[in-house]
Amino acid sequence: MSSITTREVPRGFSVSEYMTCLTGIVWREGLRFLHQRERFVSALVRPLVWLFIFAAGFRQVLGISIIPPYETYILYEVFIAPGLMAMIQLFNGMQSSLSMVYDREMGNMRTLLVSPLPRGFLLFCKLLAGTAVSLLQVYAFLIIAWFWDITPPPIGYLTVLPALILSGLMLGSLGMLISSGIKQLENFAGVMNFVIFPMFFASSALYPLWRVQEGSPYLYYVCEANPFTHAVELIRFALYGQINWISLAVVATCTIVFMIAAIYAYDPSRGLARRGPAGGEG
Amino acid sequence: MTSPASIADPRETPLPDPTAAPALSIDGVSHSYGPRRALIDVSFNVRPASFTALLGLNGAGKSTLFSLITRLFGIQTGRVGIFGHDVGRAPGEALRLLGVVFQPRTLDLDLSLTQNLLYHAALHGISRREAAARSAELLTRIGLADRAGSKVRDLSGGQMRRLEIARALLHKPRLLLLDEPTVGLDVKARADIISHVRQLVTEQGIGVLWATHLFDEIMAGDDLVVLHQGKVLARGPMGRVISEAGAQDVNTAFMRLTGAQVMPGGGA
Repeated sequence: MSSITTREVPRGFSVSEYMTCLTGIVWREGLRFLHQRERFVSALVRPLVWLFIFAAGFRQVLGISIIPPYETYILYEVFIAPGLMAMIQLFNGMQSSLSMVYDREMGNMRTLLVSPLPRGFLLFCKLLAGTAVSLLQVYAFLIIAWFWDITPPPIGYLTVLPALILSGLMLGSLGMLISSGIKQLENFAGVMNFVIFPMFFASSALYPLWRVQEGSPYLYYVCEANPFTHAVELIRFALYGQINWISLAVVATCTIVFMIAAIYAYDPSRGLARRGPAGGEG
Repeated sequence: MTSPASIADPRETPLPDPTAAPALSIDGVSHSYGPRRALIDVSFNVRPASFTALLGLNGAGKSTLFSLITRLFGIQTGRVGIFGHDVGRAPGEALRLLGVVFQPRTLDLDLSLTQNLLYHAALHGISRREAAARSAELLTRIGLADRAGSKVRDLSGGQMRRLEIARALLHKPRLLLLDEPTVGLDVKARADIISHVRQLVTEQGIGVLWATHLFDEIMAGDDLVVLHQGKVLARGPMGRVISEAGAQDVNTAFMRLTGAQVMPGGGA
């Protein structure tokens, strides 16, 4: 075994090693997701319930005028589809990031973190893998929605992809940041009440913002400041082959800020230490 | 710690010298969880091609120490080196040389044996083709080649452990850490795993740090580190530790050493 002693010279990592690592992490996350049928089903049922029931009920209540990127009158179902796509990513991002920090996946995080590659890169890969899983969910949703007469232009299915990647990364990073910031967060319900619901409802997912402005100017400002609104708008425009530059700028900036903060704040001793004696972590 | 000089190409100037550096060096390491001190000024070495048993009861600080060596936790005080590479400053180079088997199972139960190994290989940047070849070879060596495609969930506890050890060896580490790897296994599986790991030491020259609280896993010729309430109470070759404790066997030596802590004036 003395033949490998010459490997001692520090040599860093090659690009191909980084790529192997990245694809490996995404591949595993995809495999695991496919094995968890319940997770897949529940990820799909949630937006479909909104689409089939909520939207059908509200169709008569909310009239949608012609606003960009739509060029004709549209059904309410068509309007909320991008919001539901973003909702899928919101849930997925929160779920996978929380499980990353808390006990359930701790064993797997250990396996991940003993990789010699830089930790920031590993966490980035993990976020990207979570995003890839959300893409599977979103496209499955789009296929079903197509039968429900939500038929964006064919090219839209392609142009929405980069938007979905960016929004998926933003929401995943946000989830990771939140889970490192809140110490007493015991379960998913807390995040539902304090993060997911406010973000989802105070956004342009369910109603156009001009309608919100008529009702309450303050809420309008809240919606405008909500990064989730911009994720929805980015997806909405991209689905019709267009770019909403303001939303793109907001989502891109938020992604970078959330991701850097999340990686910086990530502390693997959280979740482990609570199983250990004192529960405090440095 | 001094082994024969290697005949390395002088132009390579390996930095630091692998023949001089211990496989693992723990140097003045302390760690606290808030006010509670889990490790207090811990220092010891693991020599290359040696079997070092880290003896300690539950809560002695073994798992904390493992978390520090694997950079899972940041090092608060002291220094951890793997073949001379500082885990804090050059974690990449250090972790490359390290294989770990954690106490809790860390396999993906729903994935196949091969998929688990390929994932681990990818984490180490090993190309798919190379990884497939090494996985097949390791699975053959642990006698699970015919189960390569089955789900890990269907394996027995002992088989899972063997798979975890194989996985830890996939990137050809030179230091192997095992945190109570035989807990929950039956007698036969335990014996298999112990002999397998001892073989790695003698045949492949891997340095092993084996954390345990089961004294019968230790053999004459092993190095011992006795960890109790976060402190190292004794370290060195097994015979010396036993005789210095004035005991006849490891069990008595351990009881004397740790019992001495409880009594007044017990020192350190």
